[in-house]
Amino acid sequence: MSVKLHFGKLAAATILAAASVLGASLAARADDVRIAMVVKNLGNGFFDAAHEGGEEAIKALPGAKLIYTGPTTPTAEGQIDIINSLIAQNVNAIVISANDPDALVPVAKKAMARGITVMSFDAGVAPAGRVFQLNPSKADLIGRKQIEMAAKTLGGKGEIAILSATAQATNQNIWIAEMKKVLAEPAYKDLKLVDVVYGDDQSDKSYREAIGLFRKHPDLKAIIAPTTVGITASAKAVTDQKLVGKVFVTGLGLPSEMAGHVHSGAVDTFAIWNPIDLGYTATYAAFQLATKKATGAPNSTIEVGRMKSIAIDASGEAAMSEPYVFDKTNVDKFAKIF
Amino acid sequence: MRKLLRAREAALALIIAGLVGLITLRAPVFLSMGSLDTIVTDGAILSMMALVQMLAILTRGIDLSVSANMALTGMVVALLSRAHPDMAVGLTMALALGLGLLLGAINGVLIAYVRIPPIVVTLGTMSVFRGLVFQVSGGAWVNAHEMGPGFIGFPTARLFGLTSIVWIAALVILIGWAFLAHVRKGRELYALGGNPVAARYVGIDDTHNLMLVYAIIGLVAGLCGYLWVARYAVAYTEIALGFELNTVAACVIGGVGMAGGRGSVLGCLLGALFLVIIFNALPIIDVSPFWQQAISGFVILAAVILNSRGDRPLGKLILRRTEAAPVAGAAS
Repeated sequence: MSVKLHFGKLAAATILAAASVLGASLAARADDVRIAMVVKNLGNGFFDAAHEGGEEAIKALPGAKLIYTGPTTPTAEGQIDIINSLIAQNVNAIVISANDPDALVPVAKKAMARGITVMSFDAGVAPAGRVFQLNPSKADLIGRKQIEMAAKTLGGKGEIAILSATAQATNQNIWIAEMKKVLAEPAYKDLKLVDVVYGDDQSDKSYREAIGLFRKHPDLKAIIAPTTVGITASAKAVTDQKLVGKVFVTGLGLPSEMAGHVHSGAVDTFAIWNPIDLGYTATYAAFQLATKKATGAPNSTIEVGRMKSIAIDASGEAAMSEPYVFDKTNVDKFAKIF
Repeated sequence: MRKLLRAREAALALIIAGLVGLITLRAPVFLSMGSLDTIVTDGAILSMMALVQMLAILTRGIDLSVSANMALTGMVVALLSRAHPDMAVGLTMALALGLGLLLGAINGVLIAYVRIPPIVVTLGTMSVFRGLVFQVSGGAWVNAHEMGPGFIGFPTARLFGLTSIVWIAALVILIGWAFLAHVRKGRELYALGGNPVAARYVGIDDTHNLMLVYAIIGLVAGLCGYLWVARYAVAYTEIALGFELNTVAACVIGGVGMAGGRGSVLGCLLGALFLVIIFNALPIIDVSPFWQQAISGFVILAAVILNSRGDRPLGKLILRRTEAAPVAGAAS
């Protein structure tokens, strides 16, 4: 009898406790807008800079909180696990740079079904899995800029090759396709694309692929590497093989990672969009969506603080500006920032 | 028995020669001096790491934390070089060796004294070391211009025509060979792997030996961590990701028995050479990147199958040197 009574009390206490916890968490949810930024992988200078931009946006947004997370290696599986745990934490918005556009769709749909705003930035999730995609730049601008840099360094003619990340990397493949389109224009008829190779974003494999390019194509004049590990490994290979001045490396890289190679002469120019602005805009836009201040629907615009506004096109994508070019005159200044 | 060993290594050497022949038919540039120089330099780190991995496999163990050790040591010395760009290369190497030894000793204590299986211990420390790389670096890269010029220049500096990284590898391999062939401790490793129970009966202490094995692995991994970072002139969190599997593959191709107690330095070196040739040839011969991984896997498998034929009748060896003894004779 007394035991039963105890149980009754215990049950009542438990229910009370549970209710108060629930109440507290509901209260927390009402106050905060928690935005999770899920990046391709941690320990990547580009995303660290995007994180910085996200923090800046949070400061300008009352009640917003940023959770910066990502897998330690760039895999879709790692991101799926993280997104599942974010769903369990009931965040308000998830901003993703996807390692695989399709693999993340089911888990992103699950998040949206629970009322979480999901959008992608940098590398997009397929349309079914997000409200809209914020591109750092436009693929055609990125492709064109890289060909322009190579053409400028080489005086408009010579053999060039592309050293990419993995053969199935979404971004890189789109940019490579754009580069090929630009190369078909009459202005670039003397630039000859002789090879496209893949270094898998590992320094040893990228280095071997770069050396392989020198062996296969003795007349090679430039390597375009649209990926940070690839561009540094190619530049080191050029230096080690004493090809500085004969073969130039260009492509996409961060100023802090490229400064040494620019000064060694292996790299003449390289480009990147501003990751701080990208992280700022993505976080700001996610807040606007989560607080219903914008819909993010195709053909709409979103106000994004100091970046003014972004326009979403008919296919649900928005783009920032063309990539910014670095050379030995300005690389040191920006190397201190990102 | 010895004849058989010789034959196994000769067979592998023949396979390698055939492979080089095929590659050269397709891309003659592969046999140029410049290309061979690159391959030798590229193979230096793998051959050193395969050699020490063999020590673990000889004692029926495995060390999966080698590449994580390299990454952590490499990152730490790179950070030190950023803080003190003028640090002497000798001091850098001493620090790399010391830190590597410490990390290896952690494995050693857990395996030899706490008696946890090596695969479990090193799987755990692999994650711990990789995690620490993030911790010490804050996830950021250490870049070429931030490291000291001596730090970066050393591995590829040339002495008598070869890069210093190759000379270091040669020295490590020579010491490894002498240790395994002529030092009592080295011979004891074969005995321990061949038959641990019998080894204990004849008074071989496995605790000390296992501690020694994992400490040596750590020591060499630390050194290779520095060499790796300096060679590619960049330290990032994913340094040598998955490289531990290459070291194991080199051993297996080289005829090192996964069941322990069997393997030679020469075989191990040939295994490493085989892998490095594949890695360097694939970019030169025009193969679709989608095929590359499958091809290297297939070729490795083929080499292992060719190499392992005729292994089974070996049975239980107690000591390699006692092959003339009646027990071993009866077993075969």
